[in-house]
Amino acid sequence: MSFSKFGKIGYVSETKVADFVKHLEKGKIMATRCRKCGQLYFPPRADCPNDLSTDMTWEELSGRCRLLTYTTAHFAPTGFQKDLPYTLALARCEEGVNVYARLNKDINKNETRIGVDLKLTSLRLPDGRITYEFKKA
Amino acid sequence: MKVTIVGVGQTPFNRNCGVSIRELCFEAFKDALEDLNLTPKEIDASIICSAPEYDRQRSPAGLIAEYLGLNPQPTFLAESICSSSSTGVKVAYSFIKSGLHDIVAVIGFQKMSEISSAEVQERMGRGADIQWESPFGPMMPAGYAMCARAHMQKYGTTEEQLAKVKVKSGKYSLLNPKAMYRRAVTLEECLKARVIASPLKMFDCCANADGASCMILASEEKARKITDTPVSVVGIGAASDTQSTTGRANLTGLNCAIEAGKQAYKMAHITPKDVDVAEVHDCFSIAEIMAYENLGFCKPGKGGKLIEESQTYIGGRIPVNIDGGLLSKGHPIGATGGSQIRTIVLQLQGRAGKTQVDGAEVGLVHNIGGVGLYGNVTILKR
Repeated sequence: MSFSKFGKIGYVSETKVADFVKHLEKGKIMATRCRKCGQLYFPPRADCPNDLSTDMTWEELSGRCRLLTYTTAHFAPTGFQKDLPYTLALARCEEGVNVYARLNKDINKNETRIGVDLKLTSLRLPDGRITYEFKKA
Repeated sequence: MKVTIVGVGQTPFNRNCGVSIRELCFEAFKDALEDLNLTPKEIDASIICSAPEYDRQRSPAGLIAEYLGLNPQPTFLAESICSSSSTGVKVAYSFIKSGLHDIVAVIGFQKMSEISSAEVQERMGRGADIQWESPFGPMMPAGYAMCARAHMQKYGTTEEQLAKVKVKSGKYSLLNPKAMYRRAVTLEECLKARVIASPLKMFDCCANADGASCMILASEEKARKITDTPVSVVGIGAASDTQSTTGRANLTGLNCAIEAGKQAYKMAHITPKDVDVAEVHDCFSIAEIMAYENLGFCKPGKGGKLIEESQTYIGGRIPVNIDGGLLSKGHPIGATGGSQIRTIVLQLQGRAGKTQVDGAEVGLVHNIGGVGLYGNVTILKR
């Protein structure tokens, strides 16, 4: 299973957590949890540094989260220029993990403020690639 | 046994140096050796500092050591992006302290015009976690902008306070002939400039540059024969934080800088109050404000007030970046830490000219790689 469909532009194609994309295709945003120490990881990881365990289980995030910080970018790396301007955001999920993604453009400037509730959802891009984004709660 | 810096050198920083990387490094090397009783053959090892993704030459350490006459002595590359040359100093210190080598040259360089703007732009996007964050299109300014936004929300820091960091930088740039931008800017200009990544505008951001720096470190014993004005390295701290934004526990400061600062102060047996002059990594205006707080020059959240009260100008509580900082000098990645250390060494030797802080005895350098990824603090003493 390849990871290469993930994101507007993908830089990583092979990973032990490639199943993340399979779940994302079904609209599920998954974290991993270490069966040994119980730690929840997002972005998901296949290996736990706490106990060097590789015994992990997938766990779906509710998508309910709160905005921690954000910025609207007016300059972009190669390949992203046509999307400008876009807002990059960091949010805290109710499960206690942080997620980095863009804010959907349906959230206007006045509504964008630290502390506002957001909904994390999967997003199919026009070219068939898949990612996730924050929407209005 | 003390470890000292006996010589420092730097090329002018500019947009397009027009010479090859080996020639650029030669200029900084020559500048560092000026007035020293030292020849290249007497240098035991060289450490070359660069972010290699900007180099066309594979393994540039070999090429540069050859051109500087530093064969057959050992050489290698040290990299921690923007703090590469501080990392080089840490390694040189360890070499000398262990007795493995007595005299070590640390040469930092970056010729960012070596590759096209499009290539630079492409690499910028890969500075984040390439699996989970780069696919969303972040750049360096976006990372610091997110810190700025969080800092403004938590502490009430204003865009005017951010702009005042650049106003100070512009004032002192006029006194630094090696700075890329030598121009005073007004608060209004800063506030009206185009947005790069909100709330950061053009003058809140440093610019890519070409340049090289060089530091010669020597044991106390060897230093006596080389110069009359060695400066002692009395504190070194280094730390790291997560590469990912999602892993950060602190959004309004850089934990790697706090940790590196603690280590350096402890090793030097001093407190922030003892620092007479400092160079901090102002790749963005917010970075300087966070540095004030992370280094203990003021309490967390009071950085905006510190610049507003002009406490970081010469004559203030703690003069910071009085060579213009990265915001005016430009930021040739691998050379930047060496340039910062050069400024402090000149201050402690009493050779800083119009920006000399009277009686400066203790100086501090804060040099950060990435968006708070690698933290390095070096404390020097006359």
